[in-house]
Amino acid sequence: MNNWYMLTLIGEDKPGIVAAVTQALYERGMNLGEASMLRLGGNFTIMLMVSGDRTGDQLEQELKPVAAEIGLCLHVDPMKGGLHQHIAPNLIVRVSGADRAGIVAKVTSALADTGFNILDLESDVAGSKDKPVYIMQIAGVSDLPLEQLEEAVSGLRSEGIEVNISPLETLVG
Amino acid sequence: MSELEILTIPDERLKQLSEQVVSFDEELQQFVEALEVTRQHGPAAVGIAAPQVGHFQRIAIVDCSNTRKPVPNHGNLVLINPEITHWEGYEMGREGCLSVPDYTGNVIRATHIKLKAQNPLGETAEYEMEGYEARAVQHEIDHLDGTLFIDRVVSRRTDLFKRKVYKK
Repeated sequence: MNNWYMLTLIGEDKPGIVAAVTQALYERGMNLGEASMLRLGGNFTIMLMVSGDRTGDQLEQELKPVAAEIGLCLHVDPMKGGLHQHIAPNLIVRVSGADRAGIVAKVTSALADTGFNILDLESDVAGSKDKPVYIMQIAGVSDLPLEQLEEAVSGLRSEGIEVNISPLETLVG
Repeated sequence: MSELEILTIPDERLKQLSEQVVSFDEELQQFVEALEVTRQHGPAAVGIAAPQVGHFQRIAIVDCSNTRKPVPNHGNLVLINPEITHWEGYEMGREGCLSVPDYTGNVIRATHIKLKAQNPLGETAEYEMEGYEARAVQHEIDHLDGTLFIDRVVSRRTDLFKRKVYKK
């Protein structure tokens, strides 16, 4: 296994996107690593680690037509790192509030100031067009006591942002 | 006593169904001891099941008395022929496994269970369990039935309220 590249592909969602992309990679002898693939706002988004003999430029040249055919934008970046570098989260932060500018910035700034490291963030806009509600879950790591983190975000509650932090213990059995 | 070797995926033996224990003899006591040594040897495991060391009998150990944040628990439990007689509630929680290195995932489990099991002397006891300990027991009994948590992993986006995994 040689260098890892991060492929980013985005386009209008339809059946067959994953199959088309991964088949093209398979035919070129590329190996797949970790991936995140999900539908966001009617688009299908792919972030995918791949490695193999091709250089990033070759890969981009060869995949561009494949991606274009299924209506995807493609981006290839060389990346450092590799497999088996997981960090287990020990905290979950759940956030919700009437949707308005600054929720994510305020919550994550308060967390960042404590040294909290975000490993995974999922957010969505629920509710209705008239009354949108922003909902977010953040999994991350921090060595600080829970009380200290809660204090760091406690000021946000008065601004109508509900923030709950709970410990996350991974059960190993 | 030294630890036993842990089977890891994709070892097909992990899918094997384990058999009831019928003799509560010296051999069983010794195996239980070795299983406990193995549980404590690895990365902080709250449970271990016999098939994880290639021994296909219905034996598991669960010990939730030493979690980072204390949880309701019954101490160190050796569960022989364990059987869940009642399930209630369900929630998502993060699990990993000695037999699945370097991977964790979200699994839906019952929040409250009633459990019937024998101890290494063959005496039957009943337990009511909740939360983390109930989760650990369900994870271990799955091993006895040849099921791994990766067969039950759900995405964090999975809507808990639209699915029922455990029926009462």
